Amino acid sequence: MTEDERPPAVEQSGDSEAGSGARGASERGSVPALPARRPRRAPRAVPPFGFVPLAVLAVAFLALPVVALVVRSPWGSLAADLSAPGVLTALRLSLICSLSAVALSLVLGVPLAWLLARVRFRGRNLVRAMVLLPMVLPPVVGGVALLLAFGRHGLVGRWLDAAFGLTLPFTLAGVIVAETFVAMPFLVITVEAGMRAMDRRYEDAAATLGAGRWMTFRRVTLPLIAPAVGAGAALSWARALGEFGATITFAGNMPGSTQTMPLAVYLALQSNPEAAFALSLVMLAISLTVLVALRGRWFPSR
Amino acid sequence: MLALSVALAGCGEDQSTETPLTVFAAASLTDAFTELGEEFAAARPGAAPRFSFAGSGDLALQIREGAPADVFASADVVALQSAGDAVDASRVFARNRMAIVVAPGNPHAVKGLADLGRDDLKVVLAAADVPAGRYAAEILERTQVAVRPVSLEATVKGVVSKVALGEADAGIVYVTDVTAAKDTVGGVSIPDAQNAVAEYPIARVTAAEHADEAAAFVDFVLSPEGQAILARYGFAAGGT
Repeated sequence: MTEDERPPAVEQSGDSEAGSGARGASERGSVPALPARRPRRAPRAVPPFGFVPLAVLAVAFLALPVVALVVRSPWGSLAADLSAPGVLTALRLSLICSLSAVALSLVLGVPLAWLLARVRFRGRNLVRAMVLLPMVLPPVVGGVALLLAFGRHGLVGRWLDAAFGLTLPFTLAGVIVAETFVAMPFLVITVEAGMRAMDRRYEDAAATLGAGRWMTFRRVTLPLIAPAVGAGAALSWARALGEFGATITFAGNMPGSTQTMPLAVYLALQSNPEAAFALSLVMLAISLTVLVALRGRWFPSR
Repeated sequence: MLALSVALAGCGEDQSTETPLTVFAAASLTDAFTELGEEFAAARPGAAPRFSFAGSGDLALQIREGAPADVFASADVVALQSAGDAVDASRVFARNRMAIVVAPGNPHAVKGLADLGRDDLKVVLAAADVPAGRYAAEILERTQVAVRPVSLEATVKGVVSKVALGEADAGIVYVTDVTAAKDTVGGVSIPDAQNAVAEYPIARVTAAEHADEAAAFVDFVLSPEGQAILARYGFAAGGT
């Protein structure tokens, strides 16, 4: 899951293995000339033999289930299914929690990505592996781990409970914690890659001209890595919106406080599959809208 | 997903003397049916039953969508009916009752259903979409206990694990769940007058690839031998 999930927008500049010794030399030396403002239109590419049918197969494979969902959706009772009590609440909770998770991921993840990309410190590879772990961990395992850490009897949770009377499981905050846990790695990995790919001479120039570190980051680095931050935010938002396993394990399922759309879909599937199809359709529409809106902005088509 | 993995597993099977049999069974039957399967295989040379355990609703949906099952053992009559024409006539092979699940040693001194309304208890139930949740709601309604659960779990095993992990103080689950998890949770029984009875129906899947073997398995489950195994896991006898 880790490697292939890397977003298309971010270009790795060859040497991503940060541990290698001659970092300064290789990174600075291999940086190409400052990018031209407008790349020339590339000549029409001819695909290698066999690529077209394979690509068509890939698209069909990815699109077919979605098409099936649309075809099988109970269009006749759609209005009734969607106006059922709890649907709007679940939708609202999904949006609140996933957006909060993205906000939290940005606040914590961008500084982390900066450190991982710019500073060489002992155990950096270990830190990176720890940070990416939630991406490969089955979400249910993540949920159990969160319980063991932040649950009522958890390592930290016990103390939170005793000191502040604060318990995260079964609360909205718990949902946000679970979603942030699974979503933040996507942001960190994307932003880190963006920082590595960026031309650091802009930062050097800013520093030479007297800009402080914070000013340089805000006025030079951040605008340059904006596409990576955007792509990372979009990916982590998508992950948070679809999050199921960690949420139901850590935060439970309570309509109105912790039942997000994926949980509502899963439960509806138990008793009323038609309603589940309708709910899935809503998720599909939202995801598609966001992807289309982002197209060209953060996933530039060249 | 499950259906797919079962289908894929089927592809690799050698077609020699073994007669594979795919049984879709409710999650609450996991332990009992695993043993039933072993006994069935021992009694019938060449029999190789294979199980897919999941929520009854999930299984019904998978069977309706053409999953390659031979037998469907549901924890719930409604779920089995929702499989519609995809299954043959069913017979009730076991009954289950509900119990209150608490932390080991019952630290909060829960004595009965009335205690579930206490404010100092965190109560989890199964969601009304799954059978265990439906029975719990039915019981609470009949006994007029107002419970404010902190979570409505998607599976009855979710209720057990929330209590076992100490996140919740009490919940309503099947008697058999308490038996199965007796090392990590405690149980408080619910009097028969207040309790609900869950009926477990079993049926052959209409499109069963191994129809004879499927019928034999259903007969075995209903036989005195099969019933004895089920009783060991806390199920009451079926029959009808």
